[in-house]
Formats: sequence, C-alpha cells, structure tokens
Amino acid sequence: MEQTGEYRISASRDEVWAALNDPEVLGTCITGCQDVTQIDDEHFDVRVKARIGPVSATFDAALELGDLNPPASYVIQGNVKGGAAGFAKGSASVSLTEAGDETVLSYTVNANVGGKLAQVGSRLVDGAARKMADEFFEAFSERLSGAGEPETEQIPQPEVQDADTQESSGQRIIWIIAFVVLALAIVLAI
Amino acid sequence: MSEAEVQSDTGIGAPVRRREDVRFITGAGNYTDDINQPGQLYGVFCRSPHARARINAIDTSEALAVEGVVGVLTGADMVADGLGDLPCGWLVKSKDGSDMNSSPHPPMAATVANYVGEPYALVVAESTYAARQAAELVMPDFDELNAVVDLGEAPHSEQIYEGIEQNLAYEWALGDEDATRMAFARAAHVTSIDLTNNRLIPNAMEPRACLGAYDAASGEYTLYTTSQNPHLERLVLSAFVQVAPEHKLRIIAPDVGGGFGSKIFIYAEETAVIWAAGKVKRPIKWVADRSESFLSDAHGRDHITHAELALDDNGRFTGLKVRTTANLGAYLSTFGSSVPTYLYGTLLAGQYKTPNIYVEVQGVYTNTAPVDAYRGAGRPEATYVVERIVEQAARELGKDPADLRRMNMIQPEDFPYETPVALVYDTGNYEASLDRALELIDYDGFEARQARAAEDKKRRGIGFACYIEACGLAPSKLAIELGAGVGLYESGEIRINPTGSVSVFTGSHSHGQGHETTFAQVVSDKLGIPYEDIEIIHGDTGRMEFALGTYGSRSLAVGGSALVEAAGKIIEKGKKIAAHMMEADAENVDFDNGQFVLQDSNQALSIQEVAFASYVPADYPEDLEPGLTAKTFYDPKNFTYPAGTHIAEVEVDIETGVTTLVNFVAVDDFGHIVNPLIVHGQVHGGVAQGVGQAMLEHGIYDEYGQLQTGSMMDYCLPRADDLPDFDIDTTVTPCTHNPLGVKGCGEAGAIGSPAAVINAITHALGNKDISMPATPEKVWRAIQGE
Repeated sequence: MEQTGEYRISASRDEVWAALNDPEVLGTCITGCQDVTQIDDEHFDVRVKARIGPVSATFDAALELGDLNPPASYVIQGNVKGGAAGFAKGSASVSLTEAGDETVLSYTVNANVGGKLAQVGSRLVDGAARKMADEFFEAFSERLSGAGEPETEQIPQPEVQDADTQESSGQRIIWIIAFVVLALAIVLAI
Repeated sequence: MSEAEVQSDTGIGAPVRRREDVRFITGAGNYTDDINQPGQLYGVFCRSPHARARINAIDTSEALAVEGVVGVLTGADMVADGLGDLPCGWLVKSKDGSDMNSSPHPPMAATVANYVGEPYALVVAESTYAARQAAELVMPDFDELNAVVDLGEAPHSEQIYEGIEQNLAYEWALGDEDATRMAFARAAHVTSIDLTNNRLIPNAMEPRACLGAYDAASGEYTLYTTSQNPHLERLVLSAFVQVAPEHKLRIIAPDVGGGFGSKIFIYAEETAVIWAAGKVKRPIKWVADRSESFLSDAHGRDHITHAELALDDNGRFTGLKVRTTANLGAYLSTFGSSVPTYLYGTLLAGQYKTPNIYVEVQGVYTNTAPVDAYRGAGRPEATYVVERIVEQAARELGKDPADLRRMNMIQPEDFPYETPVALVYDTGNYEASLDRALELIDYDGFEARQARAAEDKKRRGIGFACYIEACGLAPSKLAIELGAGVGLYESGEIRINPTGSVSVFTGSHSHGQGHETTFAQVVSDKLGIPYEDIEIIHGDTGRMEFALGTYGSRSLAVGGSALVEAAGKIIEKGKKIAAHMMEADAENVDFDNGQFVLQDSNQALSIQEVAFASYVPADYPEDLEPGLTAKTFYDPKNFTYPAGTHIAEVEVDIETGVTTLVNFVAVDDFGHIVNPLIVHGQVHGGVAQGVGQAMLEHGIYDEYGQLQTGSMMDYCLPRADDLPDFDIDTTVTPCTHNPLGVKGCGEAGAIGSPAAVINAITHALGNKDISMPATPEKVWRAIQGE
C-alpha cells in the first residue's frame, strides 16, 4: 500500500531546517514522544504514546535511516510495535522543496499495518493519524511564523550553512524526532 | 394453506404473533450475558495479530501482576492438561478415495497461530477491565511466517501444515465425469462462466458468549453458551476435547440472539472457558465484542468457480461441469468440510432435468478465519452457479430467461426425481412458483418500466433465480455413510402435566426462529389443548433428550415432526386410558380436537381428564404405566426440498453506478405452512441477507492476512433503506415424507436472492459481468467499460 501527501510551510527551506535543528521547538511541537535512543548513526529506537481512535497505546519504533540528504530528502525504514494495539512496517520517503518563500514537505509511505489497528478500519486510523500530523505541523508552523521575533531571527546564517553540509549525529536526532512523528502518523494512516 | 382451512386462530396455519417477542422487545430476554453467578470471573482472550506466526515463549508475569488477575492460561497449558483438538464433524473423502487431510485444530494456539484473531491465551480476572488490561501485556515473542491468503493461489503457495501438500484438505468430486464430457462433445452450445462467491461475516445481533462454572461438590460442569445445538456442544467437549464426561457436563443455551449457522460450531472460546473454570474453581464469563466476532466467528461462502453448461439445438440443458475452489480457512470448523461438498455439489441440478452433471471441489486451507455454514450453507453457492449460468445461456441464445428455465424444469409428473448428483426430489411444482412470480412482478410490463427508467437516465434490469434447496439433512444412515459424524434425527418429548397443561421438550433450539410459538401451534393442533397451556422448552442438556439442534432449516421438518409423532403416542395411550374409564375397547375410541369420544355414544372425556386420571390412577388399566408423556426420536426418510422463484428488478444510475433494488418478488414452496407470519419474517430476513451478499457485504483480507473489514465501518450490512417492500407469496406442494408436509423456510431467502439480484444488475448493464458485492464503484467501472 502506498500513500502520498504534502504540507506547505510558510518559511524558507533553510528556516524550516533551522527550526528542525532546535530541540526546544520540536519538544513543544511533538506530543507523546517519550524517548529517543540512538543505537548508532543509522539506527534509532523511538517511543511515542498515541491514541488512534479507540486504540490507545505506546508505540515502540525501531528505525533505520537511509539516503540522508539534508535539508532536501530522507528515507526512514520503520518497524513499529504497539503491543496489543497492533504493528506497522514500512518506509517513509520525505523531501523538502523550495516553493518561493515557502517550503513544501512531501512524503511517500509504503506500509502494512497489522493487528487491532488494521481491523479498526483505515478510515478511522487515517483520520486520527492525519490529525496527529496536522497538529505537529500546525504547532511547527506557528513556531516558524514567530520567526520575526528577535530570538529566532538571531539564528546565525553560518550555522544553517553548517547544518546543510555537516551531518552531526546530534542534528540527526532532531531530524529523526520530527520525521518519526510524521512517519508514525503516516504509517498508522495506511 | 388457505385461510379457510385454518382450524383455529392458534392452530396450524394461523398467523399467530410470536409469543417470545414480548420478552425480547421489552428487554426481558435471558441471554448468556444476563446470567451471573456468585464469585464470577471475567475472561478476555489474547489473539494473534499475525496471520501466521510461530509462538515462542509467552511471558505471563506482567499480566499476572495486574491487580485482580487470577490466571493467565495458554494454549500450551491446554496441551499440558491433555485436552484434545476441536474436531471436524464430517469426514469428506477425496475423489481418489483417500480421507481428507485434517489440519490440527487446537482450541488455543500453542506453537503456531494460523489466522489473525486466533486465541493463544485466556486471561481471567475479577473484572473485565483488569482482564483486558492484563491481556494487553501477554505478548508472545512471535516469529512471523509467510501467510497464505489468496484463495486461487493457495494450492501453489507455501505449505501451511506439514503433510498437507498444496494446502488441499480434499479434492472432492460428484457425478459422472465421462458422461458429462460426452454431453459437452455433442453440445450445440456451451456457455461458460467464472464466478466468485464473496466471503461473508455472519454478524448475529448477539455476539458469542459463554459462562462456564465448575461445582467442586458434584464434580459437574455447567456451560451457558450461545449455541444452536447444545447437545452437540456437550458431545464434542466431552468425547473429543475431553473437558468432562457427558454426564458431568451440562450445556445450556438460553435466549440466543441470532446465529445464521455461526453458532452451530464448537469454538475455541467456550472450550477454553469451561476448562479454565475447572482449573480456577470459579465461574468465568466471556462475551465477545464486535471486533472479536468479526475476527473469530466462522465466516461463510468464499468460492471461486468455473462452470460450463451444455445445451442442445432446442435449448435443453444436456450437461453441467463445475469446478470450484472453496476456502476452508485455517482450520476445519465443525462442519466446514461438508458445506462446499455435500451441501453444494448435490444441489447443482437445481430445478432442471440436466441429465449429466460433474462437479469437482478443491477444499483449500488459507491463513484466514475458518469458513463454515452460513445461512444456506452451500446451497446459495450452488444456486448462484446454476442460476447465473442459466441466465447467461438465455442471453447468449437470445431466449427469454423465464422460457429457457421453464422448458428445462422438472415437471410435477416426474417426481420422485433422481438427480445426477445423488438426491431424490420428492415433490414440487416449479412452474407454479415461476408463473406466480411472473404475475407478481408484472413481467409483461417490464419493458414499459425499463423505458420510463431510461428517461431518468437509469438502466432498469430484471433477473431471475429459480432455486432449490435441500433441508432437514437426512436420513441418518445415509449421512453417516457419507462421512457425517452424527445422526440427523431430532428428539421431542411431550409431557401432559396432571392439571392438563403441557411441557414440550424439543431438541430444536430457537434463536430467532420462533419455535416457542410454532411448535406450540403444532402441539395445540394435534392434541386439541389450548395454545396458551403449552410451553416449549429447549436448549438445555439437563432437561431434554439428546438432540441435534437447529441448522439447515430443519426445525419444523425434523423437530416438529418428532413432536407430531410424540403427540400420536400420547393419543394412543390416552385412548387406552379413556377406553378403560368409559368401559369400552380402545379401538372404539376416537380422538378429535382434545376429546376422547366413544363411537356411537355421547360419551367423551377430555384429554385433560384423561391426563389427570393417568397421574391419579385409581381406576386405571392394569397393563399401563401411570402418566401421560411420550418422547420420540424422529429420523427423516429424505431431505425436504423447498424451491421457488425469486425475481429482482434494479435501477442503475448511469452516472454514479448506484444501484437501487426497486422490486423484489419471492414465491416459495415450503410445503404446508404452520405460521405464515413467521414464514414471511424468515423470507424477509433471508432475502435481506441475500441482497446484502449481492450488493454490500464482503469480508476482505489484505495480502498479509489482516482483516480489512473488521468493523461495521468497513463491512456493510444491509439496512432498511437498502431494501424495497418485498412482494412475497407461497405455493404449496406438501412434503411427501414427513407428517406435517412441511419443508423449511429459514434459508430460502438467502439462497435465491443473490443470483436474482446479480442477474438483474448484469441485465441492466447489457450483460457486463459484475462480481458480488455489486458496489456502486464496481458498477460504475463496468459502465465505463473497465
């Protein structure tokens, strides 16, 4: 199964990237993300507590990163276990493209869902998962729209350049947190 | 039976309102979940989220630590206790004579789970909440295995069970292959058709439930459960699973809210619960939620079929060849093996004199829920094949579909008629039903209606189904020779109490059929005792004789006949008592409408007076036992063969593909009718389910074996606004071999209607093929030529 979608964010790609590099921004945007453990450069375990329709559970995601090309594109392979709630396996390809003053985030997800989540009905899961993703991006965009405020404006341009070219593992974690939420939401949406 | 023949307002033929409905519609019914016992615990099952997976270690410690949890019992625990598998009750042989390949069928999975929803552990706790909370913590370490899901591909897929090659349970055949081949070689025309019969999920109003209790003092087990046949449940749990010996096991099926076949079977859940109740020494209740019902109730249908019909120059059917692949699911359910074989292949003659028929059926295992009998069980599938291909042949030959059917029908003078597929039809008048149906639908006016619809950009189509079915499976000897593990008789007992009221015990469990009304009408009619004085008791192994229960529209034909025979015995004994009291010979006493009348005299005694005398035997025949009771085991001589014509008319919106069923006529021959109100209700419900299959319902698994239609949001049951007012009538040719002349009406609606509806839709679409369910999307795509 495949699903695609996109979000338009009112900020430049560099601004989006910069915000994604700010743990404080992400921390307030992601609800339910309880824990991130880095295994190595490409492997991470993430724990998110989520409610999908009538199914409430803690989802443990084992993730593998690939094709990392910041700030342009990224692939996450995921194996998500929600205990009695069910499970999901699949991958999410995410890319950021510039569109004038804005940035378009687009994704393609291939996944299969099993257990109670599969049975609950894709429409219900779909709605709940989109809500999760929407909430994240709404909060995220709100933070970005505050880009005119001094503290955010003070993000030094060189650092952004630096982030563009360097791949420090600290920065990766931030990418992961952002996209895990998206990936979880999308994976669960199938 | 016409109204003029009705003897009383409560006797045979009277449209008596169902007495049980008062308690049902006022919320006073007594269902399994209404029953509670002191110290009762609650059970929740842990179910496999995988379609096929090896179960490694199960860690129960976390679950056991939850407050209120009393026990976590696993499939491995059942194995350790030496409990047996759930058996399949019908041994089908392959065409080469070999026995079917039976899968193992543990009540709870111990080493491998084979479908999504298969239970592997039972959590027992002081509350449902605690049990549910704990159940979520019992997560075994699964090794996922490749699941076999696609029915057509299953024989070429990975082998599910060791020793069962190609995932084939059997390759069964019936009919004369050579003669059929020769008929095709000489055919003037051959019509071919490929069909799928969509998987259905039963959805009885009341989900399955059970309450198991163990009494340490007596060593007795009592199981309340939603069963259509409690004695069969007891037999299986005792003889095969070996939970407890039969005399220490009592099964009670109280009010049961619908079954449609799905509650015939002996399931894992009640088996595990009654066993667990013995282990924890406290009563345990389990009630399925709707999601569990979707996953674990035995599903229905699910066939892929290729069929060919040979016709001669005149349009007479000369041969029928059918090859079907039938999905049995992951395990052989209680009667799963017989549904696509003996209940399907034997019905392929339909109402026609087709001289040569040959059918082959592959019964295939897949990693999906077990498939078993569902309203009609094999007969809707057979009718769908016969009536789709006959309609198709008529279109190919440019003949009127009613005329083509008529010229091939078995005629009244042909009975008894032996078909090429092993049945002997005792009686019928198929043209009479067809003629009446044509009249009711106003067949002559169809073209005008079609033209009017065209003005509204709608395509109107008309479709036929002239079905036959076989009910009241019988006789026992033949069925057992063909592989049935049980007989097919039914028990009945009538006890006239000292005060003249009557307690009737029947093996025919009622879970929507209205037996408490119909059977009381029969007994009242036969014994001349007021209807109100008669109580019908069923569904308790502790109160009645061994019985076989309710399925296959057998209740009145078999269970009702048992009561007629018992009433006959009562009358015979009553005559002796009355003769003694009137100082006459029994031969000179007649029984008429509740009175023992001495011939050529004005002396008479009521049956109530005779009953009292039998219990207070002061002046009583020396050679007679006291009491006025009689019991019977009635074993029918043959099946009964209800038949009829269903005609559907639809209108298809060309722009949206939305199809509206605008007219539906059902003319059925059920033999004599005891209660026309109940018969109409049965036809209404059956047709609604058949229309559901044709237009709405489809149980779908994805390629990994995950059930995609696991809730009412994705599995579409018919609602009132999906259905028109049905136009229903009956014709009567009484069954020749049972004392009531009845045939059975429970399934006919679901048997005839799917083919009629699809024939109407394909007619509207200019003979474009459409598979069930004919959703607006499919119809729209067909219109677009996709």
